[in-house]
Amino acid sequence: MALFVVQILNGLQLGVLLFLIAAGLTLVFGVMNFINLAHGVQYMLGAYLAVMFYAITGSSLLAVVLALLTALGFGLFLEFVIFRHLYDRDHLDQVIATFGIIIFLNQAVKTAWGAAPLTLPIPEIFSGTIVLMPGLLYPVWRLVIIGSGLAVGLLLYLLVNRTRVGMLVRAGATNARIVSALGINIRRLFMIVFGFGAMLAAFAGAMIAPILSVEPGMGDTMLILAFVVIVIGGIGSIRGAFLAALLIGLVDTLGRSFAIDILRLVMPPSPARTVGPAIASMLIYVLMALVLYFRPGGLFPARGR
Amino acid sequence: MGRTTVAASSAMPARQTNRVEALPAAIFLVLALIPAAALIGPESYVLGLFTRVMIFAIAALTLDFICGYGGLVSFGHAAFVGIGAYAAGILGAHGITDMLVTLPAALLVSAIFAYLTGTVCLRTKSVYFIMITLAFGQMAYFIAGSLAPYGGDDGLTVRLRSTLFGFQVLQNDRALYYVVLLSLLGSYLLCRSVVYSRFGRVFRGARENSMRMATIGFDVFRYQRVGYVISGTIGGLSGFLLANAAEFVSPAYMSWQRSGELIIMVLFGGLGTLHGAIIGAAAYLLIEEVLGGFTEQWKLIFGPLLVIVVLFARGGLLGLAGSIRGRLNRG
Amino acid sequence: MADPMLLINDLHKNFGGLIVTDGVTLHIGQGELHAVIGPNGAGKTTLINQISGLIAPTAGTINLNGVDITGMPADQRAALGLARSFQITSVLPGFSALENVALAVQAHSGTSYRFFGRADRDQAINEAANSALAEVGLAERGQIVAAHLSHGEKRALELAIALAMGPKLLLLDEPMAGAGREESERIIDVLRQLKGRFAMLLVEHDMNAVFALADRISVLTYGRILASGAPDAVRTDPQVVAAYLGEEME
Repeated sequence: MALFVVQILNGLQLGVLLFLIAAGLTLVFGVMNFINLAHGVQYMLGAYLAVMFYAITGSSLLAVVLALLTALGFGLFLEFVIFRHLYDRDHLDQVIATFGIIIFLNQAVKTAWGAAPLTLPIPEIFSGTIVLMPGLLYPVWRLVIIGSGLAVGLLLYLLVNRTRVGMLVRAGATNARIVSALGINIRRLFMIVFGFGAMLAAFAGAMIAPILSVEPGMGDTMLILAFVVIVIGGIGSIRGAFLAALLIGLVDTLGRSFAIDILRLVMPPSPARTVGPAIASMLIYVLMALVLYFRPGGLFPARGR
Repeated sequence: MGRTTVAASSAMPARQTNRVEALPAAIFLVLALIPAAALIGPESYVLGLFTRVMIFAIAALTLDFICGYGGLVSFGHAAFVGIGAYAAGILGAHGITDMLVTLPAALLVSAIFAYLTGTVCLRTKSVYFIMITLAFGQMAYFIAGSLAPYGGDDGLTVRLRSTLFGFQVLQNDRALYYVVLLSLLGSYLLCRSVVYSRFGRVFRGARENSMRMATIGFDVFRYQRVGYVISGTIGGLSGFLLANAAEFVSPAYMSWQRSGELIIMVLFGGLGTLHGAIIGAAAYLLIEEVLGGFTEQWKLIFGPLLVIVVLFARGGLLGLAGSIRGRLNRG
Repeated sequence: MADPMLLINDLHKNFGGLIVTDGVTLHIGQGELHAVIGPNGAGKTTLINQISGLIAPTAGTINLNGVDITGMPADQRAALGLARSFQITSVLPGFSALENVALAVQAHSGTSYRFFGRADRDQAINEAANSALAEVGLAERGQIVAAHLSHGEKRALELAIALAMGPKLLLLDEPMAGAGREESERIIDVLRQLKGRFAMLLVEHDMNAVFALADRISVLTYGRILASGAPDAVRTDPQVVAAYLGEEME
């Protein structure tokens, strides 16, 4: 039972992380119709920058803030120099160009920091575990991640639904051309959306750095998962991204933990041990295929696409 | 805003095809002469390199077929390479190496995978299609990685190349080279024939305007699925050859990065030309070899190179050559 | 009396709470040119989309030449002889005009699951395509890539594509939309030539064309048929004049 609760919390943690990454991705895709494969390396960059700034300043808080600001700057730089020339191009061109950026950045961090995984200590106050239930200890930092992710979710909700900029973003996600025709400075809107998304991804990277090893290529898997999230959630929809991210986080985590056990109910232990992990890894892709089969636009498609 | 319809025209103006015939012929001539040229340098290295180039050229041209002509951008095409390779690898692990068994097996499994996944994927459009092909590619990748008796994540060594009636016909690197060359030639000619055929015209038309095609009387989904199966089956052939050439099969053959590389190869050469895919595969792999020879950090150059190609060299290398030729003619 | 070519029975279409087609019953006889007129927003294009199979009706039936096509996908209806032109030109832009039409011919001449042999060298298909192009006045423009045709030429190409299918019923969705006076005259001439060869459903705003060509007229307002009959009867029907024609004549 305790194991189950732990895995649910772990699933929520993964979900929240995915949401932070997917939110930026779905907005950029929804508003600018731009497939940004380089979003994963922005997550990775957030982690590396956090490690670097911690080494320089010795303060976790400062490290995160500086990492976010640098990531924002870098994101805006990419947008200005490269991405804005790609908005009118085929998705295919966008895929290749951003793929090129992944290749470059994965190598760049390897060159700058070496290929060996780096670590970041958990901030003092949050290290340690708390007792959630008798016999159930859970790391505080993971709860912090869950909490901050939910807080960001709330913030995004308020921003997107209660502010003028948010309204423009939502309008842009439904029909960018009209927003532009109404005289709104669409370039500036794009930059804001892009920059914010980059910061969210970097934030996720910085938060996860103390728990996961920081290494080249760490963004690649998360990128794929994030895409699955936005496809299931519906491109352009923050709400969809939130729900889909939690769903995927839970399905993936619980699937991996309990696949073998569930399979053992219907087959002998030996094949269960082989088939189990395979099915667990495939689970979210099967889920995505199912969702797309019945709802080709995802669960909450922003209308107009 | 970004679209998923690809820029190359699917129609083939008659003038252009005649002029362009010379180029594919030249390519195959060069490839045929490589083993002779290779006598000068480190033979097996050059042979091995170009064998790999041709194998990926086959995979790339099948991708060009569905992508450049059919408008179907698949981000999971490497799955077919992997499936073909694993078919050969798994049968080989059980002592079955006769290519009269293993090759049809590879082709059959690839075709079935293409049919089943195509049935699901082709109901979706544009970016969703990209994502769902990626999903199926990942599924294949994970299934392969979980096959513990066949190496799992680490992959499987293929101890014996394919045989024919018990004869080790492919053991000689030269022989393998020529078999691969013939396969490439065959695949190229087959794809070209299909592109210009009645079927091909419908397939290309579906990319231009599928609603129009439906109201003319074509069940677009079925035609696209057939095209997808053709592409996947020949992709399986390339995997089969890869298992022979590398004498090793691994889930990495089907990673999404590999699928991305195939897309790069197609784009590099020029979408919607078929022989462009061959050029693109050669360019990609040779650049990788050459740059990699210079420096460990070659990807620092390669990454931005891709971005530059996308931003400035539309239509890939062939497009670039075309516009240079155009400018020389005008000048 | 022969089967009507098109028989629509109590057709309904709702998009959520929005009722676009509200119980339309209509029939078109063999070889009849039937015009559907009505103000913008009356649901004319939605009606055509339901007949051609791009939108599924919420209720009601559609019969083509005695066959119930209500549930059929668009391509099957095309095989049964239903052709259409689109209000917003819909051709294959990267193909030449000839190839556009040739594809329509190909759809109705044997299987397209042929993987060998160049399709563009098929004499029979090319001849049929060229004669369809000639009928609409595009005989000289066959080799031009469709994207490079003028707007009027593209409209004519749409018509040629439909003709090449050897249709039994041709749906024309505002063929004169955006056409200048000369072009409109040309299109009216072409349609007059085609009259009687097969049945046609013409949706149009251009009243000259409608009254010059139609055998019968139906007036569609708010998703339902207000009046239906011979042109003179409809023209003088007080309800129609009040709701639609009166404003047009202004």
